[in-house]
Amino acid sequence: MTAARSSLTWWKQSTIRCMEAIEVTGLRKTYGGRDAVAGIDLVVARGEIFSLLGPNGAGKTTTVEILEGHRRRTAGDVRVLGEDPGRAGSAWRARIGIVLQDADDAADLTVHEMVRHIAGFYPEARKADEVIELVGLSEKRNSKIRTLSGGQRRRVDVALGIVGRPELLFLDEPTTGFDPEARRQFWDLIRTLAADGTTIVLTTHYLDEAEALADRLAVVAEGRIVAEGTPATLGGRAAAEARVSWTENGTARTEQVPDPTDLIRRLLADGVDLTTLTITRPTLEDTYLSLIGATR
Amino acid sequence: MVGGDAAAVEVRDVVVRYGGTTAVGGVSLTLPRGRVLALLGHNGAGKTSLLQVCEGFRRPDDGVARVLGLDPVGDHDALMPRLGIMLQSGGVYPWATAGEILRLFASFAANPLDTDMLLDRLGLRKFERTRFRRLSGGEQQRLSLAVALVGRPELVFLDEPTAGMDTEARHTTWQLIEELRTDGVSVLLTTHLLDEAERLADDVVIMRSGEVAATGTPAELTSAAAIEVLELRADPGLDLSGLGSRWTAAEPASGQYTISGALDTAGLAEILAWFASVGADVTAVNTRRRTLEDVYLSLTATQTPVGATK
Amino acid sequence: MIAVSLSRGHVELLQFLRDRTAVVFTFFFPALLLLLFGTIFGSESTDQGVAVSRVFTASMIAYGILNTAFVTMGAGLAMDREDGTLKRLRGTPMPASAYLIGKGLLVLGLSVAEAAVLIGVGVLVFDMPLPDAAHWLTFGWIFLLSVFACSTLGIAVSALVKNARNAGAILNVPVVALQFVSGVFIHPMSQLPDWLEKVASIFPVRWMAQGFRYVFLPDGAQTQEIGGAWNLGTVAMVLGVWCVIGLILCLVTFRWSSRDR
Repeated sequence: MTAARSSLTWWKQSTIRCMEAIEVTGLRKTYGGRDAVAGIDLVVARGEIFSLLGPNGAGKTTTVEILEGHRRRTAGDVRVLGEDPGRAGSAWRARIGIVLQDADDAADLTVHEMVRHIAGFYPEARKADEVIELVGLSEKRNSKIRTLSGGQRRRVDVALGIVGRPELLFLDEPTTGFDPEARRQFWDLIRTLAADGTTIVLTTHYLDEAEALADRLAVVAEGRIVAEGTPATLGGRAAAEARVSWTENGTARTEQVPDPTDLIRRLLADGVDLTTLTITRPTLEDTYLSLIGATR
Repeated sequence: MVGGDAAAVEVRDVVVRYGGTTAVGGVSLTLPRGRVLALLGHNGAGKTSLLQVCEGFRRPDDGVARVLGLDPVGDHDALMPRLGIMLQSGGVYPWATAGEILRLFASFAANPLDTDMLLDRLGLRKFERTRFRRLSGGEQQRLSLAVALVGRPELVFLDEPTAGMDTEARHTTWQLIEELRTDGVSVLLTTHLLDEAERLADDVVIMRSGEVAATGTPAELTSAAAIEVLELRADPGLDLSGLGSRWTAAEPASGQYTISGALDTAGLAEILAWFASVGADVTAVNTRRRTLEDVYLSLTATQTPVGATK
Repeated sequence: MIAVSLSRGHVELLQFLRDRTAVVFTFFFPALLLLLFGTIFGSESTDQGVAVSRVFTASMIAYGILNTAFVTMGAGLAMDREDGTLKRLRGTPMPASAYLIGKGLLVLGLSVAEAAVLIGVGVLVFDMPLPDAAHWLTFGWIFLLSVFACSTLGIAVSALVKNARNAGAILNVPVVALQFVSGVFIHPMSQLPDWLEKVASIFPVRWMAQGFRYVFLPDGAQTQEIGGAWNLGTVAMVLGVWCVIGLILCLVTFRWSSRDR
């Protein structure tokens, strides 16, 4: 490559790297008169973990499929890694990773065979064994995919999604059916990928998962975004009142206050036994449910 | 009637073996009538095998299992109409519509629930004429639940009842299960969602590698002996060594402090006093108790399942 | 692109060979039929003194190709749509053509093997003599045109299959029907009523079988064919047209998934 071409490539690459990972403006998808997506704007920054929440049928899946380039949009501007997914070629595809959720394919191939096969499609793939180890399936390397349990099958799906070293990874309800440890191991894996600079778009129904992983989230209901923010601040959660409960002289007492600090000081001064004290703020799940409920 | 006062499910030292592997190695549990029991454990812990014994699909290799006072395998025909079993995956006619499937199972029962009411409760009304194979995972799950309940069973086995459901559907299902308990129905459920277990279960059994690792009510297991983690917001950059060695203190984010250890009243008072003494203005306080999830993880964390291929 | 297509071909072959049922039914079924037909009618000869078993051997190659090309392609594609194979591949940089070429390689390999098995049965069981080099050359182009036409038609027809589980059954309906009316199971074709003969001649099977009979039977046997001659020119033309039709149809109907977008 000549010096001129290589500096042009460098310039292009650094410009691309400055852009947001995903920019969506005015996205609409209409099916025969009905708006599955009715005007969505959203921005996902590079290297962040972004979670999309919302009831089934609210337009979440449609939006993600449009971002993946698997569905045509009716209107709106979409830029994913700087390109329009509806028109992007295989070079763009190589920068994206999709972790499928419910596929039954390649049942007769071994884990290693399948991972290596898919790796072959990508110009900068990881080594198959490295990825298999990353998802914790090394001991199943030569087992046919047919023989794996549901959870192990999912790990293969993750392996296939990341083997191409994508800059952007789409995860759709990735831990459904996982037991609690497997979930936590999976979360660690995602955090490792994010730490490496991978941008991650995660749809999930588990609010604790969203809370554990997401840097930012958005709630989609009835084809629109009804709330956006961080897990701590979504829907005004941080400003919501705290509910303080304790037992005083054998009776259970509860008070709702914006800031429990003074109440606690008062209780301490009164000599109340604080081992029964609980302070709860609305959980992310509570906040989410009230956001969804408000749209009905 | 035989077994009128018997527990809903009584399992004593049940053993299940597959060839050389012991899936269940001597498990005992009791589900009293009208209560909800949550069976927890990693995949491969033996939950499914144990359930199969209780549902009458497997004879235990050792030990005794009694369901509603009867032998689930020997008295299978007498027992079946009184049980509701929710299967994890399909097994129904994929080309039939949701309504047809529910009405079919209703027709098997002597005194079924109103199918329309069930469809409404589980949010399946608009899918009544949709073919099963076109339903999403969560919708199929809800239909399986409806099928399990339509015969007005005395005892219901629910296997991961809210898997694949969105948050609202999960909450609706929880309400439904709570109503079942109020109606006197006994429920044995397996789940990976510990908030689900914490909310629904009267009793919890945690299995690990074919054995019972812990059992009790959620409250007993989380045993509220002390607040475990105290979260504070105050002036940033304080020197926490002044707090003393009884607690572990950290500042994970600027101005946010987490203090953990055995925090009793005196301890709390001491901590707040210390913050006041260094002139730091405490603006927010939060406490976190041990949850069932913490208990579960600490119980299961160190062991990798033996010979688990599930 | 070549490497990717070869990789697909490799994976298709591995998966096919590991599916015992597929191997038995795709491969051995036509051979079994040939053995049956050949043995039942074994003692018979045509007017030219050609053993009927030889005639069957040649014609059966057409059936063999329909099995390995048309049915395997069609059923395979329907299955891949349903079990998520296409969904997964679509998310990778692999172009659609690599997928089709990969399947095409599988089909080509299977067809060659199938033809070898059938010819082998003919030679070893029914004492069929092998043809000379010139005839082998003709076999070559008839074989390739047949495989291409049947494969592309298989791709096109798979779009009509709603449930992959039934794909084999559905696709076998036209296949078996055509064997009866195109001079494979029933030969000579002149035994059929005129109108049926004409309808059947629109489809490629009759011409495939006719071509293969030219390759493996002595020249005199052509009197058994309709019109009393091999008509290789027409064979080439009809197969060529079907190749084009098949190609157009498969480019137009190929979908990554069965649901509309």
